[in-house]
Amino acid sequence: MIRRYLWGAAVAGFVLLPWAAPSFWLTLADVAGILALIGLGLVLLTGAAGLTSFGQAAFAGIAAYVCAYLTTMAGLSPLAALPLCLLAVALAAIILGAVTLRLSGHYLPISTIAWAAAIFYLFARLQLLGGQTGLDGIPPVSFGPWAATSAARSFVLIWGCVLAVIVTQKFLLRARAGRAIRTLRGGTLLAESFGIPVFRTRLTVFVYAALLAGLAGWLYVEFIRFLNPSPFDITAGIKDLFVVMIGGAAFPWGAVAGGAILTALPVILQAVTSGQNENYVLIAYGLIIVLLLQRSRLGLVGALVARFPALQAPARTVGPAAPLPARAAPRRGEVLLRVEHVEKWFGGLCAVRDMSFEVRAGEIVGLIGPNGAGKSTMFNLITGAAAPSAGRITLCGADVTGASPRAAIRRGLARSFQHVKLLRGASVLENVMIGAHLRGRKGLFAGMFRADRAEEAAIAAEAARQLARVGLADVMHRPAGSLALGPQRLVEVARALAADPVLLLLDEPAAGLRHAEKQELAQLLHGLRDAGIAVLLVEHDMDFVMNLVDRIVVMDAGAKLTEGQPAEVQTDPRVLDVYLGGAE
Amino acid sequence: MNSTIATLLIQDGLTSGAIYALIALALLIVFTITRVILVPQGQFVTFSALTFGLLQSGVMPLVAVPVAVLAVIVTLLDVAAARPAQRLRTLRDAAWRQLAWPALLVAVTVFVTTDELGTFGQILFTLAVVIPMGPLMYRLVFAPMADASILLLLIVAVAVDVAMGGVALLLFGSDGVRTEPLIATSIPLAGIRIHGAVLLVIVTAAAAMLALFLFFGRTMFGKALRATAYNALGARLVGIRVRRAGQVAFVLAAALGAVSGILVSSIMTVYFDSGFIIGLKGFIAAIIGGLASYPLAVGGALAIGMIEAWSAFYNSTFQDVIVFSALLPILVVRSLLSPDVAADEEPAE
Repeated sequence: MIRRYLWGAAVAGFVLLPWAAPSFWLTLADVAGILALIGLGLVLLTGAAGLTSFGQAAFAGIAAYVCAYLTTMAGLSPLAALPLCLLAVALAAIILGAVTLRLSGHYLPISTIAWAAAIFYLFARLQLLGGQTGLDGIPPVSFGPWAATSAARSFVLIWGCVLAVIVTQKFLLRARAGRAIRTLRGGTLLAESFGIPVFRTRLTVFVYAALLAGLAGWLYVEFIRFLNPSPFDITAGIKDLFVVMIGGAAFPWGAVAGGAILTALPVILQAVTSGQNENYVLIAYGLIIVLLLQRSRLGLVGALVARFPALQAPARTVGPAAPLPARAAPRRGEVLLRVEHVEKWFGGLCAVRDMSFEVRAGEIVGLIGPNGAGKSTMFNLITGAAAPSAGRITLCGADVTGASPRAAIRRGLARSFQHVKLLRGASVLENVMIGAHLRGRKGLFAGMFRADRAEEAAIAAEAARQLARVGLADVMHRPAGSLALGPQRLVEVARALAADPVLLLLDEPAAGLRHAEKQELAQLLHGLRDAGIAVLLVEHDMDFVMNLVDRIVVMDAGAKLTEGQPAEVQTDPRVLDVYLGGAE
Repeated sequence: MNSTIATLLIQDGLTSGAIYALIALALLIVFTITRVILVPQGQFVTFSALTFGLLQSGVMPLVAVPVAVLAVIVTLLDVAAARPAQRLRTLRDAAWRQLAWPALLVAVTVFVTTDELGTFGQILFTLAVVIPMGPLMYRLVFAPMADASILLLLIVAVAVDVAMGGVALLLFGSDGVRTEPLIATSIPLAGIRIHGAVLLVIVTAAAAMLALFLFFGRTMFGKALRATAYNALGARLVGIRVRRAGQVAFVLAAALGAVSGILVSSIMTVYFDSGFIIGLKGFIAAIIGGLASYPLAVGGALAIGMIEAWSAFYNSTFQDVIVFSALLPILVVRSLLSPDVAADEEPAE
């Protein structure tokens, strides 16, 4: 309810302020809106995807300079120049993203600092762009007779853009594409294992954020109607990131709050210190960020939402929906996974040696062995997280040796992780919905404009169904991080099931479960087997394994020791030997 | 282009390259041990260069004051964190360990003139005032959030840099500073005249690298630091104190920054905001080394110095554009060398 009032207040402010507020305040509001727009790009880039850029001001600068050049030198109208501004920014973002986004996370921010500096010096030195003195006489945005020549008219333009971006971004964050973006925070392996292409998703977010910065740059130059390089220097890029850190990077409104605070702070300090204040502003920014990030990483809006639950977005409703497309069930007894003479070397160390085994549809196979036997490595080779040095792995008849995790999930292999990989802040339901990523089709734009409602309802219903299967239906709206470790493992099982797998790989699913929970899990896995799914699991709990599985593969020192029915394996003297130690 | 100009450019490149190398080494030491990407490394250089520059021009800077203020804050935090019965003892210990040194610096600032210090005393004072900034920064900012992600630590590092930039403007003003070379003569070597300043930079940088090499390679404590860099948890399990290791890393970084600052003040005009750009060039060198390899970083730093010197000659307008754009091909190579994106990396949560 209160959210509705706040939205009403926002819209009322948007309509009334241009008429009512004095021009000084409107000018400040325009500056804040431009900052908020850049911040909104960072909400998706930093808040959702966990990437950081100090170079957003440089993107804004590219758009501003292209606009200024085209309108003053080439005689284009500002509106006609806008698509070309955005195109230039997108091209720059694609080139810079292509060389940095494959590298691990911390390369991106450092390189953004460096190329932001390079772009800034380019603006400052190119005489064509006016050098340090800048460009003058830029025409205002106009629609027919209406031209944005006053702070009030710019306000309409700028805050119209801000509100439109907030609305679409809020939709996007809850949509399939938004989930994929948020999954990037859980690490690359998680995303790739559920079919989310990490590099392409990162690049998409990076370009999205750059385009918003570009739009902000275009609005800025149209608002000031004069251009020099200093608003786009590296300090400006740093300030843009501070906007979302202070306002709250996880929330679109955080960008607005941050933009307002960073616009107001210098004005307030000016009033307090009366005059020469640039250095105090810098010191204040720095100290605020350090103290804020040491204490709470939520930002202002995050802290408000945590304090007043009424501000939280309502939980997703789950209702009846058309079923998602499902895979044809495999024939019972069909070989789903075939591992042939697989080896894995790490330098001179052989972690897996000449491993061969099969898993058939409708059976549960346990992979056991003492610590260091190579079980986890074997798991990584099957799931595509690592490539074997030799041998062949076949999944549902297709050779997937050395293929990516995405190839594995596309063929129907879904997995859980030994170290739980959940988005701790997202709800249990949304975590499970990630599992169904490849069963949906809708992309970024469908998400932004809510053209994905039927599919989203179907994915939510499927996720709820899988959660009910693992016995977690009653906690589906809780944050995943609030569950105990045992139930978190079950969430991982449900997420894997949401992918509609034919082969389920579970890495120590029973660790941390209580006795009753283990029995429920065993029952669930038996049910899956009866439905024709194959299950391969690594487990240390011998009671659990022996009562559950149809067949056991025992590994020791990287090689297969033996294979057989639980009863045979349990009495095999070699198995007893490796588990209980050699009795020599 | 003739051989005289080439010789000059090579000298220039080597000199600035040697300074970037010192900065790159500091960044690597701090990053590998504490995971902090130390953006304010350049500020140590600025503070040192401007302190030394002002001293040389006969002005006593007030730079000891912020150091003393931070030391008092650390002491107050320590006392507040101690159990009530222990507070008096904590205060007494802190008075010696943390407050005596800044008090001495303030006393020198107030009672000693720059002439009385002499050039050697001025160098000592500069080092004595800049080096404590490293451990103070670690204690106040980074140690309390040692478990945060690399990204978060980086954002905080940038915030510290911004704050220090403001402090530098307050303390030193916006005028640039350039000192006379410490060695004014030039020395003939194999038919080329080498400037004393150049020689001083190269010899000092080489000595610092050798000292680091011996420290990390030969001493027990240096080896313990390397172990911490390799595996912090493992190091803790065998009794290495990770917090202590972080402190030492920051002492080394501040010391390398302070030395670079004194050296750099005689080869270029330093302003309150020069450190960021100098530090950034050190970063590019560190990235060439993959944020892990010391020799590659030193090689990269010399390469950056050379690129800078030669682009200054051929196209001085776009010198900085060229230097920072040099990062792009490096990143392309790193992208090609890096393992597939599927290799798991630290989640952001």
